[in-house]
Amino acid sequence: MAAYEIEIILNRQLADCLSIPVFITDTAGNLIFYNEPAEQVLGKRFEETGEMPVEEWSTIFKPLDDDGNPLAPEELPLVKTLKEEFPYHKSFRIESLKGVTQNISVTSYPIISRSGKFIGAVAIFWKVKDK
Amino acid sequence: MKVKLWGVRGSIPTTGPETEYYGGNTSCVTVSHDDYVLVLDGGTGIRQLSGSYYPSGKRIDVLLTHLHLDHIQGLGFFSPLFDASKEIHIWGPASSSHSLFSRLSRYLSPPLFPVLLRDLPCKLHLHEIGNSYFEAGPFQIQSNYIIHPGPTVGFRITGKHAAFTFIPDHEPALGDKGMIKEKKWVSGYDLAEGVDVLLHDGQYIREEYLPRKGWGHSCIDDSCLFASLAEVKKIILTHHDPSHSDAFLNNMLDAFKKGAGNIPPVALAKECMEIDLS
Repeated sequence: MAAYEIEIILNRQLADCLSIPVFITDTAGNLIFYNEPAEQVLGKRFEETGEMPVEEWSTIFKPLDDDGNPLAPEELPLVKTLKEEFPYHKSFRIESLKGVTQNISVTSYPIISRSGKFIGAVAIFWKVKDK
Repeated sequence: MKVKLWGVRGSIPTTGPETEYYGGNTSCVTVSHDDYVLVLDGGTGIRQLSGSYYPSGKRIDVLLTHLHLDHIQGLGFFSPLFDASKEIHIWGPASSSHSLFSRLSRYLSPPLFPVLLRDLPCKLHLHEIGNSYFEAGPFQIQSNYIIHPGPTVGFRITGKHAAFTFIPDHEPALGDKGMIKEKKWVSGYDLAEGVDVLLHDGQYIREEYLPRKGWGHSCIDDSCLFASLAEVKKIILTHHDPSHSDAFLNNMLDAFKKGAGNIPPVALAKECMEIDLS
């Protein structure tokens, strides 16, 4: 069994200590870890789901713009980070499968290993007050 | 494959009657097969590779886990570096900012040392490694970055009949919840999986470790948990804390074994200990 690179493991160790929702993906966008605060966003527990393919976790909530229109995937920070290997930040709304909406800001950054290789990405969800 | 321990002390050399049994030299191990000698780390233990232990082969490979002083302090006293007939290959972890030559030269240059790295008489070759596979003599070697401050790797050395893993400085339990007990999330797992002997950091007892979390070392509980997860056949604890006397180490191991669950056989590294993996 191949273990994750040390930079991925250290990102998970950090996420485990934080009180803000953190998602860690591989380079394809598959969700390989989310911390306890992120479980509230997803409505699922990591211990129960384990890793989730991008097709599965990307449908759990729907991103919307300020007018309630669906956001195109290519406008989302994490999608841009995965494509361009660069950090991004954006505020928008998300709607859960139950129809509950909330305003959030997302900061995403690429995990570039010590050898300079792009090995994954992190997305941090910041809850913001309703406008 | 024969393994010999030349230095098992962590952090700083210790001398005196209280540490005489386990030894006070810092990290150095040799792995040999016939005339070929592979040297792991260049702590003060490396100085003993002289006289009848002087490596006879023309080529010598020195694998450095990292460049903290207790792992390179003996390099300036490693006789083959001053032997023009020797071809020395030093393999060390790559940094994202400075070359291995530059980082080794910080020590092997005035005012810390009188001889410059570039002036050493041997034929010196430096190799930067990370998550790498390479061969040295009859051995296949895997290196992986592991959790320890600064660029640090561990080594898995595979010979004809056995595999040996060397991770003298390692803190796999770093983090709020300690070690993650999923194999793919454990630092160093690939290096240790199923090996015959794991020589691993065991610097602290649990009470000492907690206030030193983040310093890059392990308590023996975590070292043995790591060994269990990796299903190694035997673990030998090394990098003994400089404050630990022989009596302390004996008591530490006895107390730990009494409370330990189902773990692989565990022993304490001792200077001049030899392990035959033929």
